[in-house]
Amino acid sequence: MKIRRGGIRMSNKTCLICQGTGCVSAGSREIHASLEKEIEQLGLSKDVKVKRTGCHGFCEQGPLVVVEPEGLFYAGVKVDDVPDIARSLSPQGEPLEEKPLYHDSATGNPITHYHDISFYNKQQRTVLQNCGNIDPEEIGDYLATGGYQSLRKALFEMSPGQIVDEVKRSGLRGLGGAGFPTWIKWEACQRAPGDEKYVICNADEGDPGAFQDRSILEGDPHSVLKGMIIAGYAIGARKGYVYVRAEYPLAIKRLEIAIDQARKKGFIGKSILDSNFSFDIEIFQGAGAFVCGEETALLASIEGKRGMPRPRPPFPAQSGLWGKPTLISNVKTYANIRWIVNKGADWFAGIGTEGCKGTAIFSLTGKIANSGIVEVPMGITLREIIYGIGGGIPGGKPFKAVQTGGPSGGCLPAELLDTPVDFDSLKAAGSMMGSGGMVVVDEDTCIVDLARYFVDFATKESCGECAPCRLGTNQMLDILNDIVEGKGEMEDIDILESLGMGIKKGSLCGLGQTAPNPVLTTLKYFREEYEEHIIEKKCRAKVCKDLIHFIIMPDRCTGCHICTKVCPVNAISGDPKQIHEIDQELCIKCGLCFEKCPPKFGAIEKNYGSKVMED
Amino acid sequence: MYQIDNLVKDLVKQHGRAREALMPILQGVVAQHNYLTDEAMVEVAKELDLSAAEVYGTASFYTFLDTEPRGKYVIRVCKTITCAMKGKNEIIEVLQEMLRINVGETTLNDKFTILETNCIGWCHKAPAILINDTPYTDLTREKLVKIIKEYMHQ
Ligand SMILES: Cc1cc2nc3c(=O)[nH]c(=O)nc-3n(C[C@H](O)[C@H](O)[C@H](O)COP(=O)(O)O)c2cc1C
Repeated sequence: MKIRRGGIRMSNKTCLICQGTGCVSAGSREIHASLEKEIEQLGLSKDVKVKRTGCHGFCEQGPLVVVEPEGLFYAGVKVDDVPDIARSLSPQGEPLEEKPLYHDSATGNPITHYHDISFYNKQQRTVLQNCGNIDPEEIGDYLATGGYQSLRKALFEMSPGQIVDEVKRSGLRGLGGAGFPTWIKWEACQRAPGDEKYVICNADEGDPGAFQDRSILEGDPHSVLKGMIIAGYAIGARKGYVYVRAEYPLAIKRLEIAIDQARKKGFIGKSILDSNFSFDIEIFQGAGAFVCGEETALLASIEGKRGMPRPRPPFPAQSGLWGKPTLISNVKTYANIRWIVNKGADWFAGIGTEGCKGTAIFSLTGKIANSGIVEVPMGITLREIIYGIGGGIPGGKPFKAVQTGGPSGGCLPAELLDTPVDFDSLKAAGSMMGSGGMVVVDEDTCIVDLARYFVDFATKESCGECAPCRLGTNQMLDILNDIVEGKGEMEDIDILESLGMGIKKGSLCGLGQTAPNPVLTTLKYFREEYEEHIIEKKCRAKVCKDLIHFIIMPDRCTGCHICTKVCPVNAISGDPKQIHEIDQELCIKCGLCFEKCPPKFGAIEKNYGSKVMED
Repeated sequence: MYQIDNLVKDLVKQHGRAREALMPILQGVVAQHNYLTDEAMVEVAKELDLSAAEVYGTASFYTFLDTEPRGKYVIRVCKTITCAMKGKNEIIEVLQEMLRINVGETTLNDKFTILETNCIGWCHKAPAILINDTPYTDLTREKLVKIIKEYMHQ
């Protein structure tokens, strides 16, 4: 019996073993090797195929093994589990019942099939469909899913004008952050005169907390390449670049392999599929500068210059790489083109909301039970993502805030959990979709410190070209530093607000224009925490070092000496078996003693106030 | 032992002399030589007919184009908020203890450098580091000690 699933022909059973970097670091290579060996020893090699795949998105649970066609889902697989898994694959075998099944984060119950797991069944995996189901280093796998069919359709059944029209009717908006209608750029490039034009894929994904572009490049590189080739055909370009950040070595390697294989198959290069359209793609490796994600800085970087943004207009579509018309879009934007060409604009426009079509892809991280990559239709609420898919906060702690859009985005409180996730709603709330980071925090995170982190990031990544961004962000950082150190004054809040507005207005590029957002949104939604820091000198999350102290509770200390050993400044005194004491003058509040004191004693407490109060 | 000027010449052969070859050439030097020496930058400038200041200007803009001596293994610790929430500081402490250098420094035997880096995209498996091109994730003190020991013996 042959079964088709996700378009891939399979022998009786197929074990998909995730080889995303997350699962590899959790040991999935060893699992792969030992499963192959076990299956061979059991004489099952003919009936059971073992396949390596890209990332399934649920990295937190890795290493992952999925058994198709049943859709069995084994999580956190250990080498010791492999013999049991192998035996279960024999014709008489039964799915395993306990370990290593996934256990629901809310109920603790084991779940057998991945489509019953809330992390997956509430998602709509379109762009991510292949991620985790194909071997990204095997173009054959991609072809078996119908890959490159849309390229054939585009080249032989559609004119460039029709393609742009299809993109227009689909309502696709750029997924690089700002949500600019994609077709406008395509049309401008298409209409631009000349035959030297460029297609660039922006894979500089630098937002802290975002890694969905990396996952797509590592899990399904051909879907991105294909989008670029179709774009090249539509606008009349012959050359494309993928600008990938240096921090993503595996993505670069997978892309190199994919480009090479596509070239050999005639999908890239001269006379693609024997048509008269030629198009080549090259990888350009970034070198660790966040601002190069900004499109004009990215162009400067490819041209071999410092990655400094320049004023627009002219827009890249008018004057881009070497002054030629250039289409720059995000990884996810290109990955969507395949679907629009294949299934049509109407199908695509049927997903999402009135103004935002298609799906949104997020990296869900921070204090969340199920972290990983999620893809959902535009317009579902933050609550559905965080609680429905993400399983809420571990340990049942209350939700405090979610930061979307990285350093350009904002921090939204619990009252706004029912905000729909799309470009316009997030922007209206003062945040941003950004490239798709979503960091969830609970009561253990200090909101002022969080805002300070993002401003610090902006000061370091500002290219220094324009004064509001270069000086203004540093000014904001100084003030925030004062506040977390307990030296803030009430008027600082007003200064932060007016500075923030000034930087937004006066900066040249998106970096400066959005850098104050984390501060402005936290001032809007969490102002009382700023005020507490300033007036009461209190950090309710007990994070800000200058506003807390540690003490040893005499009734619980057993004098075990663990804390004295870890203290880096020898601030803890006390003989073995005697109650210990922290010298508050020497203590640097690193918190190591607090972390290392065995939970069964729990003798060290973190308290408000910079010093022990005498009563 | 290769000579820097030969290395530069080879890279020029591979990437050409146009301005857009500058970054790939500089990246090639770093890949071979761990960092950009003054000599290498002057050599690149000569080959590409640019001023040395221009080459230095470009190189110094990018954190991965190191202009200071770096060890054979560059350890980049992710300093992003998500890694910070999950114990980045302890990772740095362990590295500093084991290698007896601070962040930004290189060991005397030119083997290791510790740096902090922006998000490397492993937030869901924090804390994470890159050692040259290899990411290591979900780190604990024990795991890290084992990894570094292996590099020490290489
Ligand atoms: C500081 C800064 C960083 C950016 N980083 C990225 C990035 O990493 N990836 C990206 O696709 N767009 C990034 N952008 C947005 C790009 O300038 C550009 O709008 C985008 O690549 C267009 O693609 P899209 O139409 O598919 O959204 C960044 C913008 C700014 C101001």
